[in-house]
Amino acid sequence: MRNNKVSARTISKKKTKEFEVLVKDNMKRAYFCALGMLGSHDSAMDVSQEAFIRAYRNFNTYDTKRNFFTWYYKILRNHCLNFIRDNKNRKEEFFFESGKNEVSLNNPEQNLEEKEQLEMLHYAINQLETEDREIIILREFEGYSYEEISAMLNLPAGTVMSRLFYARKKLAEKMKRLME
Amino acid sequence: MNERFIILLEKYFENKLTDSESQEFETLINSNAELKQEFEEQNRIKEVLRKMKLKNPSREVWDGYWLGIYNRIERGIAWIAISIGAIIFFGYASIEAVNSFINDTQSPLIAKVGISILFFGALVLIFSLLREKFFTSKHDKYKEVQR
Repeated sequence: MRNNKVSARTISKKKTKEFEVLVKDNMKRAYFCALGMLGSHDSAMDVSQEAFIRAYRNFNTYDTKRNFFTWYYKILRNHCLNFIRDNKNRKEEFFFESGKNEVSLNNPEQNLEEKEQLEMLHYAINQLETEDREIIILREFEGYSYEEISAMLNLPAGTVMSRLFYARKKLAEKMKRLME
Repeated sequence: MNERFIILLEKYFENKLTDSESQEFETLINSNAELKQEFEEQNRIKEVLRKMKLKNPSREVWDGYWLGIYNRIERGIAWIAISIGAIIFFGYASIEAVNSFINDTQSPLIAKVGISILFFGALVLIFSLLREKFFTSKHDKYKEVQR
């Protein structure tokens, strides 16, 4: 009986350790995907962590031959969609920044233009439907390939390409309208 | 929109066009002004998106990320243990209380009947409220409407 207890504890410890490694490897992409969908640091932290807890509870159903993040993303996505449904009046923060590491001091005009583009992108992305916003975040900001997105969203690669094209088109239209 | 154009465009952005596809894509764009305009618009928006990134939180946030999850898992287990303990304890206490109430020969019958009806009413009320909360709200057509 005692041996059983010890082995059960060892398994549990092993599972937690294994899970800790997976969390540390995937926490940044989990957070950024949630941030892109929810638009707030606090909500992205809370929802991505909650999704990891749900993943931990269902860790026994995870097939180790498959990619962990693809499996986890389905849980995260459901959590994000539930959060959006339950918090319709939530406030979004400014969650973009310039991709450049340094601000150019010699070219203030260019800096101003980039700042305006950042603001416009923020407002335009906020106006997109969740599905359009999600696919843009996954492809354009997180850099997932069409095959990866296809596995994450359970969609054929052709549909992913088509959705991405129309999402970018809608984004361009919204930005154009904001510029007028 | 031309589905073939969309597939070729996305492949172009991923640098995965073969020589023949590249030629096909060029012909498509050059022969159709609308597609050329779409291509230029998509290129422009890609360019804007390329210059932006999502805000990265401070290093401390990442350092405490796993600990936050671990604490929540641990607290979840603690709450489950507390709930199970409370159910066992209050269940046992309720059975004991009912037994002693039934076996009590000193209290008058009218008091026993009164207390029984009181508890019965309270149980029906709790059951009714729980049913409303868990079942009726599931079928509420207007739950999305902001009141």
